[in-house]
Order: sequence, then C-alpha cells, then structure tokens
Amino acid sequence: MLYRVTGGRLGQPPDKPKSGCSGGCGCSDSAGGARPTSRREFLGLIGVGTAGLAAMVAGIPIIGALFSKPARSEQVWQLVGSIDDFEIDETVKVEFIDDDPAPWAGPAARNAAYLRRIDDEEFTAFSIYCTHVGCPVAWREGASLFICPCHGGVFDREGEVVAGPPETPLVRLDTRLRDGQVEILAAPVPVTGRRRS
Amino acid sequence: MNLLRRPVEFVKDRLGYETMKKPIDHYAPPETTEGVSQWAYVFGFGILASFILQVATGIVLATNYVPSPDTAYQSVEYITDEVRFGNVIRGMHWIGASSMVILVLIHAMRVFLTGSYKYPREFNWISGVVLLYLTFGMALTGQLLRWDQHGVWTVVVAANFAGRAPLVGEHLGEFILAGETLSGGTLTQFYALHVFILPIAIVLLIGLHMFLVTYHGISELPRAGKPVDPETYRSEYNTYVEKHQRPYWPRGIWNELVFGGLVVIVITVLGFLVGPRELGPPPDLTDLEAQPRPDWFLVWYYALISVKPHGYEEFFLVYLPIAFFVFLLILPLIANRGERHPSRRPFAIVGLSIVAGLFIMLTVVGLRAPWVPDYETEPLQAEQLGTEEPYILQGAMVFHERGCQYCHQIHGEGGDWGPDLTNVSSRMGSEQIAVRIVQGIGNMPAYQEILTTEEVDLLVEFLIEVDELEPADS
Ligand code: HEM
Ligand code: FES
Repeated sequence: MLYRVTGGRLGQPPDKPKSGCSGGCGCSDSAGGARPTSRREFLGLIGVGTAGLAAMVAGIPIIGALFSKPARSEQVWQLVGSIDDFEIDETVKVEFIDDDPAPWAGPAARNAAYLRRIDDEEFTAFSIYCTHVGCPVAWREGASLFICPCHGGVFDREGEVVAGPPETPLVRLDTRLRDGQVEILAAPVPVTGRRRS
Repeated sequence: MNLLRRPVEFVKDRLGYETMKKPIDHYAPPETTEGVSQWAYVFGFGILASFILQVATGIVLATNYVPSPDTAYQSVEYITDEVRFGNVIRGMHWIGASSMVILVLIHAMRVFLTGSYKYPREFNWISGVVLLYLTFGMALTGQLLRWDQHGVWTVVVAANFAGRAPLVGEHLGEFILAGETLSGGTLTQFYALHVFILPIAIVLLIGLHMFLVTYHGISELPRAGKPVDPETYRSEYNTYVEKHQRPYWPRGIWNELVFGGLVVIVITVLGFLVGPRELGPPPDLTDLEAQPRPDWFLVWYYALISVKPHGYEEFFLVYLPIAFFVFLLILPLIANRGERHPSRRPFAIVGLSIVAGLFIMLTVVGLRAPWVPDYETEPLQAEQLGTEEPYILQGAMVFHERGCQYCHQIHGEGGDWGPDLTNVSSRMGSEQIAVRIVQGIGNMPAYQEILTTEEVDLLVEFLIEVDELEPADS
C-alpha cells in the first residue's frame, strides 16, 4: 500500500480536544464540562514545566563550564636577553614562554616578539601579529620592512603600515631595562578590536 | 513455508515495519525518477553518503588522535606512518571533506535554480542553509586539528576574525582561543567542536531536513508560467504525483543509491591515490618565516580580504558575511511564492551567477596568491642578464637584496604582487622611476629611508637597461 505523504497522514497532529476557552487554567472558572480539559492542561503544564526546569537546572553547570574562561592573567614582564645581546639599530626576533602555561601546552605556550634597540637605553618591541587578521609578519633586514605572508601587508621598521590591507600599525609592546637585562611586557594574541594601543 | 512466515511476521510486526517504511513508500514526481532530470536530484543523497563516510573515517582518526597541543602533531604523524591504512584514512577524510563542501554547494545551487525553497518547503531551505554553514565550520575546525604550522595560524586568524564581530567580538575571540591567548585549552576546544558539537548539530539538522523532504515530497521540476500559489500548490502536487504513480522505492531511489555509492568509491580511490593534504612543518609560533595557507575550501575568503578595496575592512570581514548568511536564511520567507522556473527569475539567476563566479574566481586567485611575497626568489645572475657590466650586476643585487624582487619580476624571476618591471623603461623615464621607488605608490612601500642615493641610482640604471639585455638562455 502506498501512502501519500505531502500534507498527509505522516506528522499530522492528533485531533485536538475541543476546549471552550484557550486560557489554560483559567478554564476552571467555566462550568461543568470544561473540567477534564483544565485538568489535562494542568498536568501538561506540570510535565512541560518540570522538563523545562530540569533543562535549566542541568544547563547552569553545563553552559557555565562550556563558556568558562581561565582567569584573566596579569601581563608579566618577560626576560628576553641582556642588553649586550642587541646591536643598536637592529631588529631581531626574541622568544619567551607564556607565564604559567598548562603542562601540556607545548608549542601553544611559546611566543615571540620583535625587538629593536634604538640607543644605549631604549628599545622598541613589536607584536609579531599582523594587524590585518593576525598572520606572523616576517622582518626583512635588507628591505627594512615587516612583510606579511598572508595578504601582502607591509609595515616599516617603526611598525607603520606602508602597503597592503592592514589599517593599523603593528602593536607595540612595552619594554624596560633592569640591571642590564631587557624585558618586554608580553601581550596575548591581540584579538582584533582589543588592546590596539 | 508457514514455519518461515511466522518469524518474518513476528519481526515485521514488532519492529513496526509498516510504519518504518513509510518514508520511502510513496510516490515521487516522475521527473525525479527518469530521464536526465533525475540526476539533478541526487546531490542531497550524495552529501548524506559522504557524511556517513566522514563519520566512519573520523571515528578511526579519533581513536588514534591525541588532542593535546603538545603531541597532536606527532599523533597525526603516527596515524600517517604507523597506523595500517592510516594515510589512506586521512586521505579519505580530507577528500571527503572536500566532497562535502562541493556537493553541499552544488545541492544548494540546484535547489536555488529550481526555486524549490518556495512554499511549502521554506524550512527545507532554512535547515539546509544552516547545514551549509555547519559544513564550512567542520572544514575550518578540521584543517586546524592537523596542528601543523598552517593549523595553529588558522586558529590565530580565526580568533582575529571573530574579534571583529560587533558587540560580542572580544568574547567570541576569547571563546575561540579558550582564553585570552593561544594556550593549552585551545586545541581541545576545537577538537570538541569538530568531533562532538558540530557533528551532533549536523545529525539533528539532517534528521529535520530529511523529515521535511519526505513530509512535503520532492519538488517537481518547475514549469515556466506556473507560479507557486500556496492556496493550491499542495493539492496540485498531490494530484500530479498520484497521476503518474511513480513509487519512490525503487524508481526514485536507485539513482541516488548509485550516485551515493559512486561518491564513496571515488573518495576511497582518491584516498589511496592522492592521500591527505601533506602535514606542514610542526607548530611553532616563534617561527616567523611561517607561510600559513588555509585548505582550498577557505581560500576564496582569504582572497576576498586581500583583493578588497582598501579601507572597507569591517564591511568585508564582518558585515558582508553576516548579511549574506541572514539573506540566505530569510530568502524563502521573503520570496515563497511566484515563479519557480529559472527563465522567469532573471534577477535570481544573475545573482547566483555572480556569487558562483566570484567564488570560483576568488578560489583561483587565492590558490595563486599573487600578493604573497616570494621570499625564495634568487638574485639575477650575469648569465641570466647576458652582461658582465658591474653596475648592472650591482643593480641586480640591490634589486634582490632590498626586497624589490619579492614583489616584482624581471625576466621571469621574482614575485607577482607588483607589475613585471622587465619593460618598465618603455613606460617610465628614469626620473619617474626614481620618484616611484623613493615615494612608493598604492601597495608599493616608499623606499626613501631605506635606500641610499647610490642604491637608488643603481636601481634606476638597472631598470632602464634591463629591457635591452638579452637573457642568455632565450
Ligand atoms: C626597492 C625595490 C622596488 C623597486 C625598485 C620597485 C619599483 C617599482 C616601480 C618602478 C613601480 C611602477 C611600475 C609600473 O607602474 O609599471 C612599482 C609599482 C609597484 N610596486 Fe614596486 N618596487 C620595489 C619594491 C616593491 C615591493 C617590496 C613591493 C611589495 C610589497 C612592491 C609592490 C609594488 C606594487 C603593488 C606596485 C603597483 C603600484 C600601483 O600602481 O598601485 N614593490 N614598483
Ligand atoms: S594578515 Fe597580514 S596582510 Fe592579512
């Protein structure tokens, strides 16, 4: 036997019990015959209500845990070398490990930045992340440019945009000198729209 | 006979066989069961077959993969080299992913072309659009599980994209990274997305989608001059289908089974012959020579944000994708009646052609990626230039060393971002060339503070004369 499916039997709701009014429990006010309906609706309400409540109660820890974020970590000063390691006017890559990484973080905890020694005392540091959508810019000594391998963004040695799609300069990181040791204030991957200064 | 009939009856009765077979036990429009047109209706089934295969190969991968940032890469290497058929399974999963993307796009185009999203199939379309996006979500989260250099940078880039979303951007970015920065939790989160969250969503939506397909019936081919009228559509459809008496089983389904089977066979054979996308270098966020490349199905977007006009960042990166998604979602709500035949829907067809054309063009441009600097380019040598003139050779050295050659070609050597400069002397004089170098223009950086005057002179002389030089090998 073949069934007609479109708008047919499959999935058709059972005949609704005829109810004198549509106001849920309010029906109990009306006379006689409405009673079973109101009782039925009440039970339905209890059932659905309990199920909904259960979903909410269980949902609190589940959704809460799913969207939990690790506590905001303080930005920490990272030692990247002693002052004698750096030549004046040279831009080099420095590496450091995230503060307090998870033991299994492996490569996810390793980080880098660009550091340029300006004079005896002063340094400039740049985030390696292109301000377009975050690819790692490569420093090209000969051309004196940071060039992004993703969409051809180009920044000069001061981190200013000189070509390509990026619109804001490379993010600068704070640096300081302590007892001849160079430190930079490591910033996280700059999720665009945040910490652009 | 009787002996056999009773157990069969028993099973049929207790399994609810009569009810169970309803979804394939009905009439289908004749054009879905015969002629060339029947082959337009097989793509949905192809996606289903491909998806089931993805689940199967995915389970094999998941039983060997270690979702820890420390060791994920090694575990993929292990699957590739040590697990029996591991490389083939990886290949099947990757080619299966490509097949999903291609088939989903073709299926969506077919449905759009035949106007099948109109009354009463609005929710078929809406659930399909969400499935389309979920498929791309799977493609994105899958490629980064390789956790090679391309994979980690995909995460960084994805977080940066998300960070641009209005209002929730920062939270979304941090959700993607599972924290403020790439950390121990990031990969695990993507693993859960790729293996549990998105697939479960896909299974549920496929269920809804399939239910709706059987409930409303497969759409008949559109006929020009016969618009959809919600008042009469259903009864006309029923009359039409019942008149032709083409049972879906087996006349409507055999072609789908054949197509689905072919999809699975082709994916498997290609899994053997082609294999997976090769692992990139191991992940290292301190390797700043990395050249991240997404898999081909995301390359179009990569290209879009590179070739977009300067200055419309937010528009292209955020609002355009959102607007497109919303448009697709509400399409059947704003246009659920009227003509279905392509010849009566010129705007729809022009729109589809533009979107499809852009997709293909951007993918091609993205795979060529002409804007990517060519770091590997070699300096031009005396033999290539056919001269021993010291100032020319010096000019060539500067041209290479100062990075001009990353973007410009000369006699076929160098990058594609800027124009080929072999014949530049026919376009510009030495003055102009010097000014262009020193001041830059458009996507060309200004070299004022980078080059010495002597170097600029060397470059200009080199560029003026290079045209006249005869490369030795030509
Ligand atoms: C010092 C090295 C370089 C030299 C001598 C040089 C030379 C030139 C010249 C002469 C032009 C004008 C050509 C014409 O209009 O046909 C030009 C345009 C261009 N260059 Fe370079 N270039 C250098 C480096 C670069 C680099 C590193 C890039 C990529 C980041 C680049 C990208 C471009 C682009 C995109 C144009 C076309 C600009 C436009 O019309 O909008 N150039 N270059
Ligand atoms: S990420 Fe650097 S140009 Fe796009």
